[in-house]
Amino acid sequence: MTRSDVQLMLDVKAGDDSSFDLLLQKYRTPLVNFLYRMVRDRATAEDLAQEVFLRVYRARKQYSPSAKFTTWLFRIATNLALNSVRDNRHRQMDVSLDAAPADEDAAPLQLPAREMRIDEHMIERDRADFIRGVVSSLPEKQRVAVLLHKYEEMDYGEIAKILDCSESALKSLLFRAYETLRVQLAPFVSPAARRAGKEARHEM
Amino acid sequence: MKCEDVSRELIPYLDRRANSADRHEIEEHLAACSACHARAEELRRLWSVLDEVPVVEPSLGFDARMRARITEEPRPRWFRWFVPQPRLALSMALLLAVSVWISRLPQDNSGLTASAQSEHEQFQVIKNLDVLENYDVLSKFDALDEVPVDQSAQPDQKNDQQSQQDDGG
Repeated sequence: MTRSDVQLMLDVKAGDDSSFDLLLQKYRTPLVNFLYRMVRDRATAEDLAQEVFLRVYRARKQYSPSAKFTTWLFRIATNLALNSVRDNRHRQMDVSLDAAPADEDAAPLQLPAREMRIDEHMIERDRADFIRGVVSSLPEKQRVAVLLHKYEEMDYGEIAKILDCSESALKSLLFRAYETLRVQLAPFVSPAARRAGKEARHEM
Repeated sequence: MKCEDVSRELIPYLDRRANSADRHEIEEHLAACSACHARAEELRRLWSVLDEVPVVEPSLGFDARMRARITEEPRPRWFRWFVPQPRLALSMALLLAVSVWISRLPQDNSGLTASAQSEHEQFQVIKNLDVLENYDVLSKFDALDEVPVDQSAQPDQKNDQQSQQDDGG
């Protein structure tokens, strides 16, 4: 008989390390993927996943099955990922502040039109990477909500607990996030844009 | 349902988590509103597009590294059974400290009985009587024992009887 996550964790609490191994094998891939989509760096994602499992193991003696195991697991993962993203952002800000000042006489930066940027991205990077990049450009909370909803298929109550918000707030958050993605990924999802893209590729 | 209401419930509708009443209302609205219908279709396609992102597998050394880190974690020792929980240990230590402190407080004499107090006072008086340390004085006390008690007591008794007679007469 397959033991539930809660039972496995209770067995870990009782000193059975092989149950922890089962939890590790069950959740390492979803956890690494969630963290990879959050931090966009594979090595960092794996380090963070290890830290999540280590925290779970260290807390085994205090474990009480008051919530779903996955809620607890992904809450730890979310906190670690957000801290990592923020630390990384601070490091990047430090670098940019320390960098040599830009030449004021230089021509202002010309941002290409969205269609151009998308085409360039499609040439330079593969489609999946581009989609991953668009998802990771969402605001933190929206990104977590989308990843847990779309890829982990968690229910609203569980995601709301992880994000510490109400279910109705979560629904609004998800709608805003998916609307942003729909606009950002319009060439892939909008029939008109898809037709235009196909024609453009045909002409090339 | 208006377009804003549909927007709020569109995601639960598309992921099939909306209740049947909401589902029915949304379907009615989508049949009548082309803008919301188009949006719903695009969101459906968006989810398919998001599924294109491949799943990454953890590196081969992931499990080995994890097990090594778990092994490095401090193990429970055999004597841990004797060590109480930290909170309990702290409580016991506090209790012990308070007991020691109370036991070192100056004793309160108010609880002593009256007789014990008077005995104590008498002892202090006797202790302070320097005369008792004087041998000459003590030897004179011995001489007092030789005085006949009856002789010394009789005049007083006679005087008492005399005074009683005077009172009666």
